[in-house]
Amino acid sequence: MPTVKEILETMDYGPAPEASGEVTAWLAARGRFGHFINGAFTKPGETFAADNPATGEPLAEVTQGTEDDITAAVKAARKALPKWAGLSGHERAQWLYAIARHLQKRERFLSVLETLDNGKPIRESRDVDVPLAIRHFYHHAGWAELIEDEFPGHAPHGVCGQIIPWNFPLLMLAWKVAPALAAGNTVVLKPAEYTPLTALAFAEICAEVGLPKGVVNIVTGDGRTGAALVAAEVDKIAFTGSTEVGRLIRRATAGSGKALTLELGGKSPFIVFADADLDAAVEGVVDAIWFNQGQVCCAGSRILAAESVAEDFTRRLTARLAKLRVGEPLDKCTDMGAIVHPVQLARIHDLISAGEAAGARLIQAECQLPPKGSFYAPGILLDAHPANPAMVEEIFGPVATLSTFRTPDEAVELANNTRYGLSASIWSENLTLAMDIATKVKAGVVWINATNVFDAAAGFGGMRESGFGREGGREGMAAYLRRPGPKAQPEAAAGRLDAAPQTGSPAAPGIDRTAKLYIGGKQSRPDSGYSYAVTYKGREIGLAPLGNRKDIRNAVEAAHKASGWGKVTGHNRAQVLYYIAENLAARQAEFEARLHDTGHSPKEVAATIRRAFYYAAWADKFDGAVKSTKTRNVTVAMNEPWGVIGIACPDAAPLLGFASLVLPAIAMGNRVVAIPAASMPFAATDLYQVFDTSDLPGGVVNIVTGPRDELAKTLAQHDDVAAMWYCGGSEGAAMVEAESAANLKATWTLPNRDWSAAQGREFLDRASQIKTIWVPYGE
Amino acid sequence: MSTDRNPGVPLDLSWFDRIAVNTPATEARAAQLTTRRSLKKNYQAAWLVNAIHCMDLTTLAGDDTEDRVARLCAKARAPLADHILAGLGLDGVTTGAVCVYPTMVAAAVRALEGTSIPVASVATGFPAGLMPLDLRLAEIRYAVDQGAQEIDIVITRAHVLRADWQALYDEIAAMREACGAAHMKAILATGDLKTLRNVYKASMVAMQAGADFIKTSTGKEGVNATLPVSLTMVRALRDYGARTGYRIGFKPAGGMKTAKDALAWQILMKEEMGTDWLRPDLFRLGASSMLADIERQLEHHVTGRYASSSRHAIA
Repeated sequence: MPTVKEILETMDYGPAPEASGEVTAWLAARGRFGHFINGAFTKPGETFAADNPATGEPLAEVTQGTEDDITAAVKAARKALPKWAGLSGHERAQWLYAIARHLQKRERFLSVLETLDNGKPIRESRDVDVPLAIRHFYHHAGWAELIEDEFPGHAPHGVCGQIIPWNFPLLMLAWKVAPALAAGNTVVLKPAEYTPLTALAFAEICAEVGLPKGVVNIVTGDGRTGAALVAAEVDKIAFTGSTEVGRLIRRATAGSGKALTLELGGKSPFIVFADADLDAAVEGVVDAIWFNQGQVCCAGSRILAAESVAEDFTRRLTARLAKLRVGEPLDKCTDMGAIVHPVQLARIHDLISAGEAAGARLIQAECQLPPKGSFYAPGILLDAHPANPAMVEEIFGPVATLSTFRTPDEAVELANNTRYGLSASIWSENLTLAMDIATKVKAGVVWINATNVFDAAAGFGGMRESGFGREGGREGMAAYLRRPGPKAQPEAAAGRLDAAPQTGSPAAPGIDRTAKLYIGGKQSRPDSGYSYAVTYKGREIGLAPLGNRKDIRNAVEAAHKASGWGKVTGHNRAQVLYYIAENLAARQAEFEARLHDTGHSPKEVAATIRRAFYYAAWADKFDGAVKSTKTRNVTVAMNEPWGVIGIACPDAAPLLGFASLVLPAIAMGNRVVAIPAASMPFAATDLYQVFDTSDLPGGVVNIVTGPRDELAKTLAQHDDVAAMWYCGGSEGAAMVEAESAANLKATWTLPNRDWSAAQGREFLDRASQIKTIWVPYGE
Repeated sequence: MSTDRNPGVPLDLSWFDRIAVNTPATEARAAQLTTRRSLKKNYQAAWLVNAIHCMDLTTLAGDDTEDRVARLCAKARAPLADHILAGLGLDGVTTGAVCVYPTMVAAAVRALEGTSIPVASVATGFPAGLMPLDLRLAEIRYAVDQGAQEIDIVITRAHVLRADWQALYDEIAAMREACGAAHMKAILATGDLKTLRNVYKASMVAMQAGADFIKTSTGKEGVNATLPVSLTMVRALRDYGARTGYRIGFKPAGGMKTAKDALAWQILMKEEMGTDWLRPDLFRLGASSMLADIERQLEHHVTGRYASSSRHAIA
C-alpha cells in the first residue's frame, strides 16, 4: 500500500473491499446444494456451477432440477396449501414478519452473497436490493393482516409457480414470494441458473424461521426446469424475464386455466426536456442505465434529449461517464461491477456491434477493466436512428442510445415507437409538461425527475410487450388472489353460419330490415359480400353480414381513430351512457319483442338499461390511488384504458351479454371491436341506432358480426389490439390465449354465466391498467 | 483552464436566470456521493491530512481575544501531535489558513510569523452584512492593511431575495476592487437564500463580479454548509469555468464537525471537479471543531487505539 505521503500527491481512493469471509465460509461449508422441497434440502443431483462473474470462478454447485424434482416440489406445495391458506391473515402476517426480521438480521450476509453471485456492486446490493426485499416482506406482512378486510371473499390461487431472473435475484424473489404467501398461496420458485445462491440462502432462512414445510419450495435449474414448472400442475405462473420466454410461457399456458402474470423486457425512454435540470438528468442516466450494469428491465435505455440542449447534455453526460469506476464488485468504491455471465457479455458485444454497424457511434468510458471476469465499459450510443438494432432491441447492458427530438409531441412519438411499455423517465422542471407526457407515454411506471425508484407499496409492471399484471401494492396483491367467481353455464351452440339462401323458412312480411356491420359510427357492408340467415326454430329472422378479417382490420382502425374517447372526462362518458339508457328505454318494447321472438328473455332489455346506468355511475368514480411510498413523493396509481379491446360476446343473452362486456369497457375510455352472438346478432346491431342517437362518437363501439372464433382469432392476432376478452368455449379460449402471445396482449377468457348479475369492479379492473407515476417534490 | 485569478466578467443574466435546479434530485445525488465512495486505511489517513491542508481554522466569536487567536494560530502551525505526524511519516503539516475577525488580523499575523500560513479575515459587516457599503469597503481595506491575505466577504441577501442582480454584482465587484491583491471569498449565506436556484444564481453573480472563491455560509445562519447546497455551488463554478476558463475555489463553512464530513466534502470535490479541487488554492473547509475529530481519527490510525481529545492540544 502506498504511504500517506504518496497518496497525498495522487489523492486516489484506493481499495475499500467489503469482507466476504462469512459468506465464503458458508459456501465452502455447503459446497453442493440440493433443492429446498418440503422444508428440507434434497440430496444434490446432477449439478452445475454457480460462478462469480467477476472472476469466473465457481462459488458453489447447484442441482439441475428435473421434472421429478418439480413434481415433488409441487406436491409438497399442494400438500401444504390447505393449512397455509386456512390460517388467519394475522397468523400469516406473523410468518411474513418473521421472514422480514430474519432477512434484516442477515442483511450484510445476503448483500455480500448477492454481489458474489451476480457481480453487482456491493453498494447496490447493500443499499438497494436487500433493503427493498426486506421492505417487501414487511409490506406484505401488512397485507396478510388486512386481507379479510381488504379482499373479502377472495381466495388464493393455490400453488404458484414462480420463475425469476438473474438481475435482482433476492429482490425478485421477494416480489414473488411475499405477496403469494400473504395471499395464502404456497410456492415453487425457480431462481435463475446464473444466480441461485441468495434463493438458497433464503430457503435456509425459511427453515430458520420454522416456516411450515412445503409453503416455500425452491428448485434450481435452467430453462428446462422452468419449462417443467410451467407445465406442472400449478394454479398460477408468475414470471419475470425476457419477452421471448414470456411469449413461450403464454403459449404453453394457453387454455390451461392457470393464472398468469408476466413482467418482461423493456426499452424505456428517458426524456430530457430543455427546461430540465441537466445535471440532475445526467445523474438520472447514471441511475438508469449504469445501474446494475444496465441489466435492468426498466432501465432508461433510450435517451431522448431536446435538440436545443442535446449538445450540452451530451457533453455533461460524457464527462460524467469518465468518472465511473468499473471493477471489483465487492469494492465499496465501485460504480459498476461485472456482467452476470459471459453469455450475457457476448450478447451485449453483439448488439453494440450491430448498432455500430447500423451507423451508431459508441462513446465508452476509458476505464481499465479487470483482466479477468465479465466486464463491459459503460457507454452511450450516439446517432442511432429508430430502426437501429440498438434502438429496438433490449441490450440489457450498460449502454443507452442518445437521440434527439424537436417538440413534446415528437418526444412522445419517439418514446412510444417501441413494442415495449415498461417504464419512462421524464425530466423537466415544468410539471404541467411533465404530467402531460406522463399520461401520454405507454408505460406502466413513469418517473418524473427521477428514475428506478421502487417501493413495495407501488405497483410495478408493464404495458404492451413488457407484460401484464402488477407487482407491489394493492394491485400486486390482487394478482395473487382469485375473486369469488360466478358459476359457469353451458354456452348455447351458434350453429353453422350458412351464406346460402334459406328457402324453407321465409322471412316475416313487412319491410325488410337488413343488419349491417357497424364500423367507425357507420353502417357498412361486409367485405366478403356474404350474409348469413339468422334463424329461430327453422324460421328466418333476418340476414346478418358475414364479417371477415378485413372487416376486423377496418374496425380496429376505426377504433384507433376514436382515441379522443379515452381523453374526455368520466362525466362526459357517463352522459353518453345515460343517454344510451334513455334511448334504449324509449325503444324498450321493440327490443323486448325482438328478443322474445327469438327465444330470449325480454328481461335482458331492462337489465341492459340498468347496466348502462351502472357504468355511467362508475365512469367518474373508478378512482386511482396515491400510494404511501417515499417521503416527499406523490406516487399516483392511475387507471388508464387499454386503448382498443377486442370482445367476443356470448351466444346466450345476446343483448345483455354484449352490454355487460362492452359498457364497462367504454365507460373506462376504451374503444371496442365486438363480435356479437352469432345466433342472434340483431340484439347488438339493433343497438347501433341507439348509439347513433346517443352521441356515442363513431368508432368507440364497432360491431362485426359473423363466426365468433374466426373473427376472435383475427383480433387476438392483431398487433394493434391491446386486450382481448373472450366469452365462449374452452377451445376458443385456448386459441385466444395462444394467439395473443404475439403481442402479449392481456386476455380475459370468461365462461358463459348468468348475465343478470354480471357487473362490478372486476369488469372495471379488467377494462383498465394501472400506470404508476412517481412525482418527487421538494424545494 | 487558466491559472490566473478570475478577473470577473460583465454581468450576464443569461448565464443563470433560467437555471433549473431540482432539489430532490440534487439531494439524491448528494446522498449517493458518500455511499458510492469509501476510503480505508492509509487512503483515509491521507485524505484527512489533506483536509487539514485545506482547512481555514476559524474563530469568529464575540468573545475572541488576541490570546485566544494566538492559541488558534499555534494549532494551525502544528495541527497534529508529533507522534501522530511521525506515525504518518509526515512533517510540516499546517492548516490552509486561519480565519478571524478584522480586529484580530494583526494578532494572527504576529502569531503566524515565520510560517506561510495566510490569515483570512471576514469583512463587510460579517455576518449579516447590513452596513452601509462605504463602511463595508473600508472594513475590507482595514483588514488587508492589517495583513490579511484573504477576505471572506458577505453578500447582501436582500439583493438575491429581490433578484436585484445588478445591485448584487455592483456590490461584490466593488468589494473585489477593495480587496486588491488579497483573494476574495464570497459568502452567500445559503441558509438565508433557501432555494437551490437562488444559490446557483448568487454563485454565478459572485463569480461574474470577480470572486476568487465562493463560500456557503458564515456559520451563523440557521443552516450552514450542506452537501446539496455545496453540490449546487460546485456545479455553478464548474459551469463558470466552462464558459470563461477561470478556476474558482469553493469553501463550505459551518456545521461540519467530523472527520466523516471532511471526507464527504472532499469526495464531492473529487467527483464533481477532480483532484485539482482538493488543493488549498481551490478548496477550503471553514471549520473550528472538525480538526479535533480528525486528529483523534488519525491517532487511531497510527496507534490502533481509540483516542481522547484531552490528550491533544486544543485550538
